[in-house]
Amino acid sequence: MTNLNRVITVVFAIFCITATAQDDLMALLESKQENTPNYVTATFKGTRLVSGHSVETVGKGDLNFMINHRFGRLNSGWRNLFGIDNSTVRLGFTYGISDDLSIGIGRSSFGKLFDGTVKWRFLRQQIDGTPVTLTAVSAIYASSAEWENPQRENLFSSRISYHNALLIARKINKNLSLQLMPTIVHRNVVKKANDNNTIYAIGAGSSLKITPSTRLNVEYYYLPENQLESTIGGESVKSSLSVGFDIETGGHVFQLHVTNSHGMTEKYLVGETTGDLFNGDIHFGFNVSRVFTVKKEKKPQQL
Amino acid sequence: MKKLVLTLFISCVSLLGFSQKYLTQNATISFFSETPIENIEATNNQASSVINLKTGEVVFSLLMKAFTFEKALMQEHFNEKYVESDDYPKATFKGTIQDLEIILSSNETFDLFVTGQLTMHGKTKNVETPVKITYKGETIEAECDFVVSPAYFDIKIPNAVKENIAKEIKVTVNATYDEFK
Repeated sequence: MTNLNRVITVVFAIFCITATAQDDLMALLESKQENTPNYVTATFKGTRLVSGHSVETVGKGDLNFMINHRFGRLNSGWRNLFGIDNSTVRLGFTYGISDDLSIGIGRSSFGKLFDGTVKWRFLRQQIDGTPVTLTAVSAIYASSAEWENPQRENLFSSRISYHNALLIARKINKNLSLQLMPTIVHRNVVKKANDNNTIYAIGAGSSLKITPSTRLNVEYYYLPENQLESTIGGESVKSSLSVGFDIETGGHVFQLHVTNSHGMTEKYLVGETTGDLFNGDIHFGFNVSRVFTVKKEKKPQQL
Repeated sequence: MKKLVLTLFISCVSLLGFSQKYLTQNATISFFSETPIENIEATNNQASSVINLKTGEVVFSLLMKAFTFEKALMQEHFNEKYVESDDYPKATFKGTIQDLEIILSSNETFDLFVTGQLTMHGKTKNVETPVKITYKGETIEAECDFVVSPAYFDIKIPNAVKENIAKEIKVTVNATYDEFK
């Protein structure tokens, strides 16, 4: 080898070593990056899928104010503006004690029903980890309506109902989330002896992303037969189906929906839904949800 | 032949001998968006970076999900809607600080210049900015700030909140590196 060749070889060797230096530095960084639990977020846009709960909870120190409207049946004709005249409202406040635990109170004008809820998300879906998010919901309802029959002995406990549900959800990808809601509703007093005080339903729902700010939701509570004999207003009790459209704008989530349930909480959805879909017994409604940050976090929070 | 081998050997050893690397795994990167409607601020305390004192090369790597906001909902929207961190989990920077070796001469703070490429949300942008660096023997301190625009990185802002997010966002970087053995 000539001297010139030797020099070229050495210089070339040095050059090869330095050219990949930046990538080497990056590789060094990657090898040191630890694996922190990577939780899945925003499985649904809000704490309610359509009428019933979703697995989402309110953030720690946040207050969620929700105004739900449900109107009358679309087939009640144009004089009733297709149900708009018969409007009912639920006002609800939910506070996040922690990112996983919330408590809420609310009142529905339909049935003059007060409700109190505890919601606990005890398992979170992870990317490459836990496959589902699990949230338990427990609510107590108290009717404040006048007694139907003031003459007889009416107990306060007769006003009370409960519902418990286990919400199981999986975010398939950023476009689709699915949820199962086995739900139990208990009424202290029922109309007929053959009505079960405790009835159960299997709920299933999905949320499909349309744009980054909008989603299409479907919610179905299937009520197995032979649990209730009585009718409500002459109509038999049916399973509940709701279809909703979520629009999220910064701090607000607007939900527009149609459903065959007149009521807006699980107590109505399961066991008091009488709308016959094929008959046009469909209610239009919309929810407005707003989050206020009551307690600002001082230190970094794990999402 | 002996001479060639010796030359190569010395070159390699000298390269290794001067290749001083400094590392940090908790550099602070924060950004600030100011508009008449609202101010948005977030901080990431877990950025990693390596500096090569000999060559002036510097790289940064950070997880987008590690940016923390005062409001949990803002953090969720940032990750889900804006930077889409499930698809683009990291932001990286690869660059060079010119004349970095000058900081070895004293414990003063030097005003140097860094140029490089910032990659975020799948898009890469050139960044050039002054940087203040101080050499303290076993540590190196660096700080700099620069301005980026969400539009550069293809971050889509819905019309409803266009007035809430500044067109130019100020990014501040603070890092204390330790000698990496």
